[in-house]
Amino acid sequence: MKYMMDTLFENLTRFLALLVLVVLVAVFVVLYNNAEPAIEKYGLSFVTNEKWAPNMNIFGGFPAILGSVLSTLIAMLLATPIAIGIAIFLSEIAPAKLKTSFGVSIELLAAIPSVIYGMWGLFYFAPVVREIFGGNGIGLLTGGFILAVMIFPFIAAITRDSMNTTPDILKESAYALGATKWDVIKDVVIPYAKAGVIGSVILALGRAIGETMAVTFVIGNVHQIPSLITDATTSIPVTLANEFNEAESKLHYASLFYLALLLFAISFIVIAFAKFYFLRKVRKAK
Amino acid sequence: MKEHRILINKIILTLSTLAAILGLGFLIWILFVLVKNGLGAMNLNIFMYDGAPPGVAESGLRHAMVGQLMLAVGATVIGVPIGILAGTYLSEFGQNSKLANFIRDISDIMMSAPSIVIGTFVYAIMVAPMGYFNGYAGIVALAIMMIPIVLRTTDDMLSLVPNTLREAAIALGAPKYKMITQVVYRSAKVGIFTGILLSFARIAGETAPLLFTSFNNNFFNLNFNEPIGSLTVTMFSYATSPYEDWQKLGWAAAFILAMFILGLNIVSRFFINRKRK
Repeated sequence: MKYMMDTLFENLTRFLALLVLVVLVAVFVVLYNNAEPAIEKYGLSFVTNEKWAPNMNIFGGFPAILGSVLSTLIAMLLATPIAIGIAIFLSEIAPAKLKTSFGVSIELLAAIPSVIYGMWGLFYFAPVVREIFGGNGIGLLTGGFILAVMIFPFIAAITRDSMNTTPDILKESAYALGATKWDVIKDVVIPYAKAGVIGSVILALGRAIGETMAVTFVIGNVHQIPSLITDATTSIPVTLANEFNEAESKLHYASLFYLALLLFAISFIVIAFAKFYFLRKVRKAK
Repeated sequence: MKEHRILINKIILTLSTLAAILGLGFLIWILFVLVKNGLGAMNLNIFMYDGAPPGVAESGLRHAMVGQLMLAVGATVIGVPIGILAGTYLSEFGQNSKLANFIRDISDIMMSAPSIVIGTFVYAIMVAPMGYFNGYAGIVALAIMMIPIVLRTTDDMLSLVPNTLREAAIALGAPKYKMITQVVYRSAKVGIFTGILLSFARIAGETAPLLFTSFNNNFFNLNFNEPIGSLTVTMFSYATSPYEDWQKLGWAAAFILAMFILGLNIVSRFFINRKRK
């Protein structure tokens, strides 16, 4: 009796753990099945077709994919240096008191729901972009900016954590040799924390590319290839958020599912790469 | 040469301090906007009335607050037991086996999967076959996002429990399931509870997975079989509307939601600190 309960309990927990795998596979299969009409019609040329015209039943994913890539790229270019600067400040410069309070507020900033970032962006940040860069304030650049504001706390928090794992004795040895703070950061701390820093940046990239709400308010939702950085465009999640409930034709639905499948595949690869290649080492180092 | 190094050192330290000030500036800006607009839009009506057409004074967010709580609690009811038991398998049975490590990796990937894709997935398996948007679909979408987080924390927290406790229980003749449920869980309960709180805070602020599942509802509704309004989706539709009083309500929703989620984060931080002591 006692062993029967044991077997039962073990099998129940194993079944539920395997459920995670089942869900992952199911997401791929279900998205693929629903995208099939579009996959059959366009094949891989969907990725490069520029025209998205639901009224003519023509669907090409290029503008949305390009928008996703460009807005993420802008966000990463802006957020990474700032986040690393903050991490350096938090782990090497700030006095102990500031370290905790500032560190906690950065972590809390990372917990604010993305829809609030989007709303703030629409009402407060877009006008600033319009003033400085021209255009109407709604477009690729604003989307990239908001994404950057959303992900920098995330990168800063993880980067600080991995910088903090540097053993003090290594830093002290460098100081004893006459190194300046920057020498220590560049030659001791950063090499030591490199894997964690790169991993967190890639992880943030995966997060940014799949982010919906922070971008959907401000990117414009127009299927066009932007000729200026301030032009309105769209991205994969934004297209899904705006068109999914209004899609009428079967092909439109299938094309949206095709976009979702591509997004899932991209983020799967990005996150897997970050986890397996960089963050694994951090886990072992602990 | 020496001056050169000192100069570079000063430049870099100034730059990273500036980066920190810039980051802090954004934090203050967002919080200021949130508090100013949120408090400005706050009144008792918000807690007493449901959605109404623009221009009606008796309009509030009661439906959305209740809806958001129903969805988040519903997801917790499904997601937490599954997450805890699955995490238990990894830590107590699978341990360092290939399968367990593979599940850990996959679960980490699911944790960062784009939430909107989870929404389209649940739309395809639940909303499309049923033929209408409903609260159950919203719960499932949120639960799918919650399970990997709970799984991960349970796994981590159980692995911190000292093996001597397990051995003591086994030596007393306890079967393994009793050892886990009555000894291991008990000593890891604060950590697991904190993890649940944090994952609850995370899904309570989600918008994208709800857009195609529980959809939106401007009326008070306790029926999971119908569309359910939520603060996040309401915020999205009110903020993008041209009506000023709806936008105001959107800010009120943002303020309530942000305070709720920041509050949960602060409470769980308190638990983490208490545990360390």
